[in-house]
Amino acid sequence: MPRWPTVLRYVVLFAGALAFLFPFYYMLIGSLQTEPDTSVAGAFPSGGLTLDNYADINSRVDLLGSLVNSGIFTGGVLLGTVVFGVLAGYALARLRFRGGGTLFVLVLLVQVIPFQLLLIPLYVLIVRGYGLADSYLGMILPFAINTTAVFVFRQFFLQLPDDLFAAARLDGAGEVRILWSVALPLVRPALLTAVLLTFIGPWNEFLWPFLITKQADMQPLAVSLANYMSNVASRAANPFGAILAGACVLAAPAVALFIAFQRYFVSSDLGSGVKG
Amino acid sequence: MVLAAPYAVYLAVIFAYPFGFAIWMSFHDYFFAAPGAIIEHPFIGLDNYRAVLTDPGVRQAFGNIGVFLVINVPLTTALALLLAVALNRAVHARTFLGVAFYVPYVTASVAVVGVWLFLFNANGMVNTVLGPLAPDPSWLVNENLAMPVIALFVTWKQLGFFILLYLAALQNVSKELYESASVDGAGAWNRFWSVTVPAVRPATALVVIIALITGANLFTEPYLLTGNGGPNGESASPVLVMYQRGLQQGEPDFAAALGVLLVIGVLIVAYINRRLIERD
Repeated sequence: MPRWPTVLRYVVLFAGALAFLFPFYYMLIGSLQTEPDTSVAGAFPSGGLTLDNYADINSRVDLLGSLVNSGIFTGGVLLGTVVFGVLAGYALARLRFRGGGTLFVLVLLVQVIPFQLLLIPLYVLIVRGYGLADSYLGMILPFAINTTAVFVFRQFFLQLPDDLFAAARLDGAGEVRILWSVALPLVRPALLTAVLLTFIGPWNEFLWPFLITKQADMQPLAVSLANYMSNVASRAANPFGAILAGACVLAAPAVALFIAFQRYFVSSDLGSGVKG
Repeated sequence: MVLAAPYAVYLAVIFAYPFGFAIWMSFHDYFFAAPGAIIEHPFIGLDNYRAVLTDPGVRQAFGNIGVFLVINVPLTTALALLLAVALNRAVHARTFLGVAFYVPYVTASVAVVGVWLFLFNANGMVNTVLGPLAPDPSWLVNENLAMPVIALFVTWKQLGFFILLYLAALQNVSKELYESASVDGAGAWNRFWSVTVPAVRPATALVVIIALITGANLFTEPYLLTGNGGPNGESASPVLVMYQRGLQQGEPDFAAALGVLLVIGVLIVAYINRRLIERD
């Protein structure tokens, strides 16, 4: 007798997987076709694939320059989050200090304040007040220390046994040394999870860099591709091919990183981070 | 403490100060002026709020978000729970399935919007498959369908994250509950409704709140997928209106008041949701 619940479960799961993966497959196929073929058969071409669309999008959008901008933006956020976020997470989890309680309440509040409320004042401050339009610093600043990551770091450090820290202090180690030689090596896998999650944010971010970069040579790829989609695409020979080629270039690094490190992308760590 | 000081300063400069500035701005007549010019921003009370509340574009945008939430939230909770339960008990191909489910979540909206444009444009594959059943005007330029397509897109894009949340919640459901339900003669369907659904209720509350915040933050999709909130503003979102009025048309005070109202709206709906889902 076939086990119907099991069969049904896999039918549901693979139908879901198909619905999630097909657009990505179609993105790749569409980016390789000379002419857009929207018939069902067109999704499974037998030949005639070309890289022309990649050359086309590269002639309209500086792909390499945009990728470098995306990389600097993302790298800056990662650096700020890992350095200052780990320090803050450690202090919040392991040290008793004046104002520590207040700071933690502030961390909780920040998670409640939505970015859209801050959008206009941040724009006024960063672009008009500090003159940081079209600069990497202006792009990075609102995301420089990811609060969710601080939360996750705090959670990791809280899970370590107290005796470990007591022993290290007894041996005369300073806090920075304890953090560096004792605590950090123990949370390394979790650290990688947090870094991966932080990476997705700025790499995929559109709204903020879109607002503050007007010069094409400062725009991250998400912004330059979006501008191409809304302005230039109507004049291109095969607009969809070029858009999809750009989309593949934008998606590839995040997808590749995710697949390479997917075993760190586990529910328990993320769950503990979100649940606080 | 020195270790936490940079973060504390950062929070004050990037969150606390702009937060206060947004509220201050919403009560004053604020406009952009030439750099260096010293100008007064007189206190005008609730005038900005009055302007926002009587603006037809704003009302339309809030109505659109209502449509979005009515489609997105039930669809997200139902599909995420269904797939999480199925994945939790699957033995084979777990890695493949996990990767497949989370890939849209880790990919940039701008990139996947490109494919959806390709799939849903007038001559796209969706219409080719539907043939004579294809809607006219097509999906993204149809006043009644633009917002539902955006809701569907966001559901698809974010589902992996919510599956992950439900998977975490399912680890905490005790096996004994299922066993005692089986002993009492409950079938698979009954066990799902009487054990699983109540046990993951806190996760459901979280999923609904995050989906709500995502909806309130909607910008990229109406900007790109339906061309600046078209057709006729039928897919405009409040954040898109904030961008158009605040930065394109130079009325940051109007946009700030809209932002404050949007946040108050989110808090009210989140509070109602909490009372409904977490009641016993």
